[in-house]
Amino acid sequence: MVIGERKPFDEITRMLEGHKKIVVLGCGGCVTVCLTGGHDEVRVLSSQLRMARDKAGDPIEIIEKTVERQCDPEYIEEVNDIVPHIDAVLSMACGAGVQFMAERYTNTPVYPALNTTFVGGSIKEGYYVEKCQTCGECKLYYTAGICPIARCSKSLLNGPCGGSTKGACEIDPQVDCAWQLIIDRLKSLNQMDRYEDIIAVNDWRTNRDGGPRKMVREDFQR
Amino acid sequence: MAEFEPIIVAFCCHYCAYGAADLAGSMRLEYPTNIRIIRLPCTGKVTPVFLLRAFEKGADGVYVAGCLEGDCHFIQGNLVAKPRVNYTKKLIQEVGLEPERLEMFNMSAAMGPRFAEVAREFTERIKVLGPSPLNKKYGHASNRAA
Repeated sequence: MVIGERKPFDEITRMLEGHKKIVVLGCGGCVTVCLTGGHDEVRVLSSQLRMARDKAGDPIEIIEKTVERQCDPEYIEEVNDIVPHIDAVLSMACGAGVQFMAERYTNTPVYPALNTTFVGGSIKEGYYVEKCQTCGECKLYYTAGICPIARCSKSLLNGPCGGSTKGACEIDPQVDCAWQLIIDRLKSLNQMDRYEDIIAVNDWRTNRDGGPRKMVREDFQR
Repeated sequence: MAEFEPIIVAFCCHYCAYGAADLAGSMRLEYPTNIRIIRLPCTGKVTPVFLLRAFEKGADGVYVAGCLEGDCHFIQGNLVAKPRVNYTKKLIQEVGLEPERLEMFNMSAAMGPRFAEVAREFTERIKVLGPSPLNKKYGHASNRAA
């Protein structure tokens, strides 16, 4: 899932200066699962904003709403009746959701309440780690299901660098050396022959370097 | 202005603090009338939203009273509540309220005197801190708006 982290409260209040009526719009997708932008977080942030503004003698009216997903046109239609009557939308979705809202509602400012941080998963409740960098050319077949692009600090493709020490990365002893993990797992799977295959220089055009990406399912186009 | 009498909301677990409050009453123990008790099936029911909404509506102080650690009727509800209370302290601090306005206490249903003591001590603490800026009667925000 896409992981997001809430922006610092001061940054959010600065964005909302001068606005008297807003909607705080949650997203029922990834950010609900990672506990940063769902129904509960909408209620928490709205409470905080109302309190801060009341305290400053400059009250703000907030509509609290969460839609199924903000990265889907059919769901953001649900706020069609609300948006014309407010000063701004504070979106608690990832960057994709914020932009879908901004493109759909052209006359109303849409602000992000989160920093979209990475694609990953939860190793336990409330603890999220990065696993994929969406490079567009998956190498997990060769690397025993452990991604060297996302999890090696240098994104090396053919083995560890000299900074790998006792299974840890030189950037931080708390960070696993991805290549140590890969080799350990290849050995346990008896697949070390795959380590012998040289992975060619990466084509970063499939990553963001080739410009904004898209994926089209032809059979769904009408 | 009349002497400040804080409004304090106490989220009390049915199996301990609520029973302790009952016992305090049966024992004819005095404790301040500032406490408004909300009974919960377990403090594990508490979320930051509950606590923030209480402050938003003008509570000067809020506390959560759950079972002694290790004695939760639902095994670990009180251990779930504790970090949530600590997290909410940070949330109210961001808004500009003192984190001391929020606290978690642990007690058993047999601790009537302790319930009264907590009520007295917490009320005193809030009196020293003064009214919440969001208190409609005494708060600074409403005074400015008036």
